[in-house]
Amino acid sequence: MADLPTPVARVVRFFRDGAATLPFFAYLSVFLLLPTVIVIVGAFRDKNGLFTLEPMSRLLTPATAQIFLTTAWLSIASAAIGAIVGGAAAYALSTTGVDSVTRRCYTAVCSVLAQFGGVMLAFSFIAVLGKNGNFTRLLADVFHTAIPGDFLASVPGLIVVYSYFQIPLMVIVFLPAADGLRQEWRDATANLGGSGLVYWTRVALPILAPSFLGCFLLLFANAFSAYATAAALISQRTIIVPMAIEGAIRNENNTGMDAYAQALATGMIVVVSVVMAGYALIQRRTARWSR
Amino acid sequence: MKKRVWPRVVILTLVGLFLAYPLYALFEFSIRFPLTGKYSGDAWVKLFTGGDQSRLAPLYTGIVNSLLIAAVTVAIMLVILVPTMIWTRLKAPHLSRAVEFFALLPLTLPAIVLVVGLVPIYRVISTTFSTDAIWLCFAYVILVLPFSYRAIDSGLSAIDLPTLATAARSMGASWWTVVVRVILPNLRTAVASASFISIAVVLGEFTIAKMLARETLQTGVMLVNQAAPQVAAAVSLLSLLFGVVLLVGISFITNRRPSR
Repeated sequence: MADLPTPVARVVRFFRDGAATLPFFAYLSVFLLLPTVIVIVGAFRDKNGLFTLEPMSRLLTPATAQIFLTTAWLSIASAAIGAIVGGAAAYALSTTGVDSVTRRCYTAVCSVLAQFGGVMLAFSFIAVLGKNGNFTRLLADVFHTAIPGDFLASVPGLIVVYSYFQIPLMVIVFLPAADGLRQEWRDATANLGGSGLVYWTRVALPILAPSFLGCFLLLFANAFSAYATAAALISQRTIIVPMAIEGAIRNENNTGMDAYAQALATGMIVVVSVVMAGYALIQRRTARWSR
Repeated sequence: MKKRVWPRVVILTLVGLFLAYPLYALFEFSIRFPLTGKYSGDAWVKLFTGGDQSRLAPLYTGIVNSLLIAAVTVAIMLVILVPTMIWTRLKAPHLSRAVEFFALLPLTLPAIVLVVGLVPIYRVISTTFSTDAIWLCFAYVILVLPFSYRAIDSGLSAIDLPTLATAARSMGASWWTVVVRVILPNLRTAVASASFISIAVVLGEFTIAKMLARETLQTGVMLVNQAAPQVAAAVSLLSLLFGVVLLVGISFITNRRPSR
């Protein structure tokens, strides 16, 4: 047998070696790809299974477009707050030792709040800003001002609650970039006569900028996808896209609502994919600064 | 150049206070009776003694269901992910990019979108198996995949996989022995942290359980919140703290390098 495998043998080996990964891909096909296909195909089919743009066109009706705009505004505002505050905290945290207890506890708390909170975060804000909330009572007792009873169910209220998982998420995703800043660069700037201000405006910020922007996009996508927190705070009205999807799925009287849910979901896929593609592109650019 | 310390301490303290304050408020809420302002540990006593079964029943069902789902999810995740990742590194590197792409894909797919596509699939599961909450494990494996992938990937990068495998194979070990008795013991911490983080994800999941109308910890807390908000606050605080303990645990086991 020759050392170089024939093309046929190479193809056979390609599939034989790949065969062990079959369970993994089969599982993903059923529980990840199939649902995605169901959503996208469903958004373009009518009751008889024929191609139609009708469900997608319903995304452009004023009511639905308004829901998308509100969700986008909520996501941009909470992502901006999260990126700025969380970015500063991540930088501050990067100056502590890698093994320090501060850092371990901080990142663990941040991971929990950022990724696994959902309903719990909503409850904790009811305990802060709700009718009997700790902060509500504090304001009433000390400053004699009242927080409107439905504040948590309004968009500004949601922005505050969303910050509670956006800031921790920023700390986690921005920490590697902040860790990438080297002491040598600061020293080099100082050796060349640059002040702290020069270091920040001419060295550190330009290096951190792309990764900061990338993290902002990630935060935007995160807020845009969030459902649990808002669902725990608001029960009657539909103000964000995930709630509109829930309403459409729950409505069993009208069979056309299934297609509407799928169209809304497809709309979300489009928004989130565009944002995440931007994130991936920026990540690739910033990879050269991190070792 | 001398660096000033106080701005950083101030930032970390302020952000830390913002993160800790709602947790404190949650605790206060759980022990303060809203109408009279009196403090008592009733909610905690009820929660642990199982008093008030009529109102707290959904919570206990949810906790049991969530723990079972977490166990099965971790099992399925390990079975489909670990052998695949070992195999792609050893024998099929041309597939490693594809495995990574698909394992991380769920991060970009909102759970609420996934559930729209899962509704018809779960209709089939309900008729072939049952409507029991345990079958949520199938969907949850997808949700935990990106987190587990990263944990196991960093574990695999830390060991010299080809050398280990070749050494064991040349001494006559079967592939089963190689994976189970040679590679897995070296992956202990990675497998542990993948499992911990999966448990945290499953216990915190709400969207899919709610939309498919299954009873889990989160949907149980939501239900109980109507009738017994103080107990709901107590459970919320406990489950957040449990998550923190899991993750602090991960950071300690993964940072402890074995001395060689």
